[in-house]
Amino acid sequence: MTEAKIACRNLWKLYGSDPAGFLRRHGGNPSIDTIRAEGYVPAVRDVSFEVMPGEILVVMGLSGSGKSTLLRCLARLIEPTAGEVMFEGSDILAASERELIDLRRHKMGMVFQHFALLPHRTVLDNVAFPLQVRGTDRQKRELRAREVIELVGLKGREGYYPRELSGGQQQRVGIARSLAVGPDVWFLDEPFSALDPLIRREMQDEFLRLQRVLNKTIVFITHDFDEAIRVADRIAIMKDGVVEQLGTAEELITCPATPYVAEFTRNVSHDRLLSVRAFMAPASSRKPDAAAIQAQALLASVARQVLTSERPVDVVDDAGALVGTLSRDSLIDALYGKEEHA
Amino acid sequence: MSAATLTRHEEIEPQRQLASVTKPLLVVLPFVVLLLAASLLPDWAVQVPKGWTIPFVDWANTVIEHLRDDAIFGLFSFRDLTRAIAEMITLPLAFVEGLLVAGFPNIGVAAMPWVMTAGLSGVLGWYLRDWRLGALAAGCVAYMAIFGKWELSMITLSVVLVAAPIAGLIGFGIGILAVKKQWFEALIVPFLNVLQSLPHFSYLIPIAVFIGVGHKAGAIATVIFAIPPMARLTILGLNGVAEEVREAGKMAGCTRFQTLWMVEIPSARQPLLVGVNQVIMQCLAMVVIASFVGARGLGHDLLFRLQALKIGQALESGVAIVLMAITLDQLSRAAAHKEPAHVSSDATLLQRFPFLAASVAVIAASLLLATATPIAQAWPSELTLSTAPFWDALVDWVTVTLYDPLQHLRNAMLLYVLIPVRDLFQSIPWIAMVALVAAAGWSLGGLRLALTVSGLVLFIAFAGYWERSLITAYMVAVAVLICIAIGLPIGIWASHSERRTGIAKLLCDTFQTFPSFIYLIPVIMLFKVGDVAAISAIIIYAMIPIVRYTIFGLRNVPSEIVEAGITSGCTRRQLLWNIRMPLAFPEIMLGINQTIMFALFMVIIAAFIGTKDIGQEIFRALTFNDAGKGLVLGLCVAFMGLTADQLITAWAAKRKQRLGLAS
Repeated sequence: MTEAKIACRNLWKLYGSDPAGFLRRHGGNPSIDTIRAEGYVPAVRDVSFEVMPGEILVVMGLSGSGKSTLLRCLARLIEPTAGEVMFEGSDILAASERELIDLRRHKMGMVFQHFALLPHRTVLDNVAFPLQVRGTDRQKRELRAREVIELVGLKGREGYYPRELSGGQQQRVGIARSLAVGPDVWFLDEPFSALDPLIRREMQDEFLRLQRVLNKTIVFITHDFDEAIRVADRIAIMKDGVVEQLGTAEELITCPATPYVAEFTRNVSHDRLLSVRAFMAPASSRKPDAAAIQAQALLASVARQVLTSERPVDVVDDAGALVGTLSRDSLIDALYGKEEHA
Repeated sequence: MSAATLTRHEEIEPQRQLASVTKPLLVVLPFVVLLLAASLLPDWAVQVPKGWTIPFVDWANTVIEHLRDDAIFGLFSFRDLTRAIAEMITLPLAFVEGLLVAGFPNIGVAAMPWVMTAGLSGVLGWYLRDWRLGALAAGCVAYMAIFGKWELSMITLSVVLVAAPIAGLIGFGIGILAVKKQWFEALIVPFLNVLQSLPHFSYLIPIAVFIGVGHKAGAIATVIFAIPPMARLTILGLNGVAEEVREAGKMAGCTRFQTLWMVEIPSARQPLLVGVNQVIMQCLAMVVIASFVGARGLGHDLLFRLQALKIGQALESGVAIVLMAITLDQLSRAAAHKEPAHVSSDATLLQRFPFLAASVAVIAASLLLATATPIAQAWPSELTLSTAPFWDALVDWVTVTLYDPLQHLRNAMLLYVLIPVRDLFQSIPWIAMVALVAAAGWSLGGLRLALTVSGLVLFIAFAGYWERSLITAYMVAVAVLICIAIGLPIGIWASHSERRTGIAKLLCDTFQTFPSFIYLIPVIMLFKVGDVAAISAIIIYAMIPIVRYTIFGLRNVPSEIVEAGITSGCTRRQLLWNIRMPLAFPEIMLGINQTIMFALFMVIIAAFIGTKDIGQEIFRALTFNDAGKGLVLGLCVAFMGLTADQLITAWAAKRKQRLGLAS
């Protein structure tokens, strides 16, 4: 098994007068009521997860859920109150300032919600900035910056200042800057939230295109569940500083761990996310029908066939062996929910 | 959830209503009782007994004398230190003066021809904004040359050009340190608050003691006076940098030093340049007033002519100062608002460096011109124009035609307003005043605020200048009330349309750039000397903030709320009184706060035209070089301002929070 790129274990971040002491007094695991009763603000509570190389983990939650604080703890922009953050197997919280700076100069990139561009620098100088601070000479850094600017589709705008660009273009600069040092890990903090819906969609496509080329390890923060579904390998849903559930989009929709997750996922259109496997009924072993459907096929792709068929349609696995059947009724239940149907 | 909140509201409402009536009553009640019972109170409760005076002045003088005469740090004394600092400004000052006006006779190099100065100013204006600003800057310089103010104005400009960068750098350094080190901020911010509310003259007295009197001392006073606003705006600017931008710097792998110099400071460029604008304007205001300790230049000229009551000539100098103020303000403001723009990649060298190219062209052209004709080097005195005859005629006309009505106005003001109010103020028992301030502090900010403000007032009471302070307070109170009565309607009127707002803002901006001393000229012309003249000067000067803040407050009422009012069927009047005014009220109160501060500044300067308040005492302290007295009196004035400031800011913050406008 490959090693996780980033892992956090029992990560805590509380705000208040003496959060570390408070946490110790309560055995390192106070309840939310105790936290609030003593006047502390819970931002991140006992969060643990791993992100594998090349994986996109989306942390999703509403405002105040602690998702941005969690990201900042991973990047150590904020000091966690307790817990561990491992970066490529070494504890980032134990790193000295020098080591941390080194890590950021070579291995991390971050994109910000409001772009956070430097207003007095041109596009080229903004993108070259991380290279400049680590001491790359001008010629080399500008060459690299031009490369990344072309990658994000801003060729020709190198000499512009941020205020001369549209929001979408500014975020492209932000993305280019975060990629300039060729980081392994890419943090994106609600990168498209400040953009118009149409531009947002375009940028999501752009992001996925880049990721196919670059294959970074990504932690992506968003408050938009549709966005999470579009880009995520796995999604962590946060509420009050706690990860309520972590899993693939399909898992969250089909087996929500808490009512909160269920509430979130209820209004998502299911047909393009869910596969046949989750809704089929078991079948006795026999030779499958010639018109059998694949177990991993998405519901949308088989809907017509199942809905127009008088009797349940056979479902087969990759090898072509029968694994179950899918009836009209169970498809309708899957798509529109049981209670409404009944 | 909503049901729960509703019931809670219902429970709170009656209590709240009761509190909103009783609380203000409770605040003024002790004051009113003590005021009415003044005749029954023992003497010590009405007048501060002489024996109770705490000898702050003596203490201050002891410290100052010790510093001046005895303090030795190793090899040099404190006095050596201050003199050494003073020497440091001599060289740059001599250099800039030589460049602009005096030339360098030792090495046989003449000063810059006036056409070069005018041309370069023009290029600067054009580069910073447009050709119109360039024309203003060049025109201003040309005016000085042609109207015979060349030497005076260039000396004044030299002091500003030398003092502003020094003050700016020191203030900048203090600001950075305060942002980076919390203990330093905790230490420096209260100090800055007091420094910024000290009247100009209080800066002059210690300077006179430690450095002496003269042009150099004036320049030092100017530097010191301009430091606090820069420090404050640096703190404000750096704290205002978005956290995300700072984080972007860190994530790019910046060291702390790189974060500061490459991310935070450039991102705060605009507020920092606004700070530079403030520094320049404060320098100009101070260099005019520093003529009292012997600074040369336009201010000295103005002071001299005012003392001789040559109003026409004083006006001529005043116009030159005003012109210089407007130009310097516009130039530095344009610098603050200049945004970088991209140049196309095939631009020529000329297009890339337009400022440099134009400057070189101007320098070459003016050197050529100066060798061709001496008029371009120095404007000949026989060709000098003077506007003094025009101003003299104006002054004569005013005196002849307006004498009677002005006398009537003046007498009426004195008889029916000023004297009764002054008598009322003087009859207030000092403990009543303390009680009022303490009660207000307690109701607005609890025990802490109550202790702070009553401490400030007690200092004034026990410093031994209570009666003088009451006179100052009465003049400020009358002036501020009149300012509100006039300024508020103007502000309301101006907030009605974009166009009116634009005009009013332009006027406010322009008037605010004038050094305060200028305002004495017209009032001396109209009312000669005395309380009426002083109060008029205060009113003109202190009107600016109330108008500005009223406009700002009214225009910044969230448009949704106004629209909600309109769709509810409000008339314009109802809209104003039921929606816009209540929401703008906290902002307007902050304007009144500023008006009080401005009035306190002006009332001290107005001592020049014969008032009998603290200002007169400060003036005396300046004449007798009594640094301790000057300092304590300055603190009295500053503490009056701070008391009002503390109370009003606390009130406005509370009110804004309740209205949900707090940011």
